[in-house]
Amino acid sequence: MHKYILKRLLMLIPVLIGVTFIIFTLSYITPGCPATMTLGETAPAEAIEALRQEWGLDDPFIIRFVRYVADAARLNLGETYATRRPVMEEILTRFPATLQLAVMGLFISVLLGIPLGVISATKQYSLFDNLATIFGLIFVSIPNFWLGMMLVVFFSVNLGWLPPSGFETPAQWILPAFTLGTGQMAVVMRMSRSSMLEVIRQDYIRTARAKGQKESVVVWNHALRNALIPVVTAVGLTFGFLLGGAVLTETIFSINGIGRFMVQSINSRDNPVINGGVLFLALSFSVVNLGVDILYAYLDPRIKSQYK
Amino acid sequence: MSDNNNVNTRKRPPKKKSQMADVWRRFKRNITAMVGLFIIIILVLTAIFANVIAPPVFDDRLGDYMPSYMQQNLRNANAFPSGDNWFGTDNFGRDIFSRVVHGSRISLQVGFVVVSVSAIFGVILGAISGFYGGIADNVLMRIIDIMLAIPNILLAVAIAAALGAGLINVMIAVGIGAIPGFARIVRGSVLTLREQEFIEAARSIGANDYRLIGRHILPNCMAPIIIQATMGLAGAILSAAALAFIGLGVQPPAPEWGAMLNDGRRFMREFWPIVMFPGGAIAMVVLGFNMLGDGLRDALDPRLKK
Repeated sequence: MHKYILKRLLMLIPVLIGVTFIIFTLSYITPGCPATMTLGETAPAEAIEALRQEWGLDDPFIIRFVRYVADAARLNLGETYATRRPVMEEILTRFPATLQLAVMGLFISVLLGIPLGVISATKQYSLFDNLATIFGLIFVSIPNFWLGMMLVVFFSVNLGWLPPSGFETPAQWILPAFTLGTGQMAVVMRMSRSSMLEVIRQDYIRTARAKGQKESVVVWNHALRNALIPVVTAVGLTFGFLLGGAVLTETIFSINGIGRFMVQSINSRDNPVINGGVLFLALSFSVVNLGVDILYAYLDPRIKSQYK
Repeated sequence: MSDNNNVNTRKRPPKKKSQMADVWRRFKRNITAMVGLFIIIILVLTAIFANVIAPPVFDDRLGDYMPSYMQQNLRNANAFPSGDNWFGTDNFGRDIFSRVVHGSRISLQVGFVVVSVSAIFGVILGAISGFYGGIADNVLMRIIDIMLAIPNILLAVAIAAALGAGLINVMIAVGIGAIPGFARIVRGSVLTLREQEFIEAARSIGANDYRLIGRHILPNCMAPIIIQATMGLAGAILSAAALAFIGLGVQPPAPEWGAMLNDGRRFMREFWPIVMFPGGAIAMVVLGFNMLGDGLRDALDPRLKK
């Protein structure tokens, strides 16, 4: 098991460098000089030139890239244009809100999606199954930024039940978490349903039934355990969608997370923040996926044996 | 060659004549797919006949005709739906119905361009990767792994932020993220196909690689490509709207649905129609393509049907 984890950790490194390369290339091709953006258009030319020298903006692409990777490895993502504070610091103060939102969305999608998918599969082609399938398609298709706004209009403005913005009290958590979670709930549900349908036809399930096991034990113990394996991978990917979707959800509910910070920086063209945010979220996503892969090997010994 | 084909088709019993007919028969029975197809047909007709449904209006100040979705009337701003303005008017007094109708053109254009271009790139890369294997395969798949490590919408945000706003840049930003999906699907299909006997047979009568891939392998991958393209249309339209919503996409005053939501957000607490209708249009279109894709999957690939 240790060997497997080590191998997976080593495989993560080229992916991280590749992601950093993409982000660096994007910031490299962005028009406009960072030194001018930081000091402002009216700054004296000598000051701008001095900052260009200090940051080494005239160095060749490859040297700047290596420097960027070295900085990123030491958790330095540069400074924001607006405040000249380290991007990493700004991101870390906002990360808890984003993480909390994504985890709550994940809970909603998993805790509702898996049971709904299992029930759907055990009652295939029933009214419940058909309704679940239709609503699943609808939830996948609704843009979450629009869903969030409509929930605010309905539950906050019309009914006055829930606060329309903020993220401090539990009452403020409900709408954003649902906004973010419903689409992925549908994805998890569809995945659980099809995986369950495959498992439930296996011989060992027939054996369990023949032994006289209660149907609920057969479904929730015997079948679900195997059916969950592909679902776990889907949940890892779901987390990526949730981190991405948080950008939009945070904007709608005025939640002070990384996503809203990035969107605010779009208007001021503060590209170090946007690139730093994307890099940071992509790295978190990679780490989560690594965790999922390890969990996966733990659930299914067959995977682990491939890496012996 | 073509003579030969004619002879063959004539000799076959009529029942086997067309695979498409068989697909269409399965597709017709699928209610979800038919509803999806219906939504898409309505959408395409709306986009084509936008100027008939919401024709240009005569503007007194301008003394000439102007697009109905641009005409402002501040005295009639934020008006609720009525006989004159079916979806109400926005904060500039522009008719929301006209804007939604004309917005369909932008969304469809983005969707089709993004999917066609990313499909071409993805299919070529996937075919090379699957057919030749080895180093080419390894390198391409590692690049795709890296691209998949960045959540799609974030990749689009980063690209759009670097390139700047605008229709073409949105297409590039959304399109790059769509390539890996096609490449992976095509690679998977090619891997299984290239080992099959009919490929061996074609090679033994002297077919070169181009011919093997183009004539024999790719036509057999069409089903997954079509499904991916249909679902990809839904994803592309959604991503483009999301970019516009955060100010990185098509810019106002263009009647882009996501941009309309962004503009209208400030007013939504007092005036819900300003966000209700543009967002509803996005949801309907995306739902249509998703339903169609779902139905196509069942119709094109009977093995997946349980």
